[in-house]
Amino acid sequence: MGEPTGVGRFGSFGGLFVPETLVPALQELDEAFRDAWADQGFRDELDGLLRDYAGRPSPLTECERLGAELGIRLFLKREDLNHTGSHKINNVLGQALLAKRMGKKRLLAETGAGQHGVATATAAALLDMECLVYMGEVDMARQELNVFRMRLLGAEVTPALSGSRTLKDAVNEAMRDWVATVEHSHYCLGSVMGPHPYPYMVREFHRVIGNETAEQCAQRIDGDGLPDVVVACVGGGSNAAGIFSGFAEHPSVELVGVEPAGGAAIGNGVPGIVHGMLSFLKQDEFGQVQEAESISAGLDYPGVGPEHSHLHEIGRARYVPVTDDEVIDAFALLSRTEGIIPALESAHAIAWVSRERAQLAGKTVVVNLSGRGDKDVAQMMEIMGDKL
Amino acid sequence: MTPRNGLTLQTALSTHIAAGGKCFVPYLTGGLPGWEATISAAAAAGVQGIEIGIPFSDPVMDGPVIQHSSQKALDAGATPAAIIDSVASIDVEVPLAVMTYANLVYRFGYERFASELRAAGISGAILPDIPLEEAGPWCEAADGSGVETVMLAAPTADDDRLERVVERARGFVYAVGLLGITGERESLAATSKVIAARLKSMTDKPVLVGVGVSTPQQAVEVSEVADGVVVGSAIVRRILETGSAEAGGELMAEFVEALALG
Repeated sequence: MGEPTGVGRFGSFGGLFVPETLVPALQELDEAFRDAWADQGFRDELDGLLRDYAGRPSPLTECERLGAELGIRLFLKREDLNHTGSHKINNVLGQALLAKRMGKKRLLAETGAGQHGVATATAAALLDMECLVYMGEVDMARQELNVFRMRLLGAEVTPALSGSRTLKDAVNEAMRDWVATVEHSHYCLGSVMGPHPYPYMVREFHRVIGNETAEQCAQRIDGDGLPDVVVACVGGGSNAAGIFSGFAEHPSVELVGVEPAGGAAIGNGVPGIVHGMLSFLKQDEFGQVQEAESISAGLDYPGVGPEHSHLHEIGRARYVPVTDDEVIDAFALLSRTEGIIPALESAHAIAWVSRERAQLAGKTVVVNLSGRGDKDVAQMMEIMGDKL
Repeated sequence: MTPRNGLTLQTALSTHIAAGGKCFVPYLTGGLPGWEATISAAAAAGVQGIEIGIPFSDPVMDGPVIQHSSQKALDAGATPAAIIDSVASIDVEVPLAVMTYANLVYRFGYERFASELRAAGISGAILPDIPLEEAGPWCEAADGSGVETVMLAAPTADDDRLERVVERARGFVYAVGLLGITGERESLAATSKVIAARLKSMTDKPVLVGVGVSTPQQAVEVSEVADGVVVGSAIVRRILETGSAEAGGELMAEFVEALALG
């Protein structure tokens, strides 16, 4: 997983499909990122924050009980233990430091489940920046604790009232805001999606997940020190891109991205252009973007990062769907067997491993546990409370 | 079909400008119930060109009014093919351009879209999320079919970039009047005259200012520098509020008249 070519292309996917007003800002961002990423001082500052503030490195936990139940050797990469409860903090600290270096004082973000919004609000508080988060009105209702968290952290949260009033529409609103405020605001995009350089830059900020996991596997797994399969959930695909980047160069390691059945861009979509990128997209026959429907607000996105479209096209990774019911079962399964309540997003990855236990028998599997489930317990209490 | 009145968009606008006129180009959302009548009303109002919106589910360059009209048109079943087909049978002699987003054109197929526009007598296309960097494949198809691709020029571009935008523009250069999305503003943004002046110093192609031009008075003000204006939200709002193509036509006539008086 190297650098994009041409205008931000991963194979035939990616690009810069944005209003003209934003092009100079994206070019400036591309240059600023490359400059910072090559600067040891910047890397040291970010590494320091990731270590002392976010709590990295995150552990690799072996799941003895669940592994035995499924007949596999199972490890979880514990991004749920990061400060703010998910992998999102990796990207946000990187972008906030970069924005500061570029002289921008205001961070804009979109959020689905609220994890990226909370992480952005956190970084803004830490680095003394303004923060405005767009969140679909529907998501604000189902993730009201995260709305409160963001406000507590000093961020302004504005509902996206258009379209399906979920993540896709929050991205639209953030882009519309940025078109008007581009001179002093940085758009802190939360996944490996959008126009170049975001898919590349956000993956680089999450590369730390893959690097750490590869190192931890080398110490814990005998023989070649590699797992057989690496599994991650995919909405936009940032946690998957992060952990895949540690293993993509090893052909023996199978990479699996798990999409929600109701929002499977790669599984059910065809290539299209939205939010600045050419990538797989759920759309109707005319090219109107369709609404994703998933139990998890964080995966409720009709598109997917362009590098995933590329990995799919060249067959380096495969993308598979799981249903909401399978996710609910996995949410309970991991809680009960390992004492780890996963985010509903991350439960998608567990759900696939659980369903495919027969074909995985005897293999070593690493799941990126991208976030913790605290934010989801109110919703899950509604769904499964009676059964407990 | 040849372009309306046999002229290209650029020739039609340039001829009007050479005769001392200023251009008024309204944006009208295609596919709204009764929208064909608004096209005829625009022509009757004496406009120099008409921009027909093909609604997209995620219009990132548009503010609340055009978002709303787009959604309303989509709810009524609007499709790109149906809108283009209808245009073919609308009898107006004003040059026409479509305004839509990249995905609808990509899905349709660039070459097929360009040739269908041409067949319907539509001269130009405005695609706000296809900047220079991504313009190659579409422009090749459009040039091949004789469709004029209007390029947007924004205040954030340096002179070198503006030169390249102007070079690639056909029909007219769409000067983005302010940093922001489409919609009405209380007063004319200072940036609109600045971008118009920068572009006028670079090219003889028509320079029309759009985004944030809301009243006949603002149109006249910016046309002291520019060759004319594109106005969308103010007109679409009037049409949505009154449900009347005639009321839209009256407002368009006010713009035309104000620009004629100067």
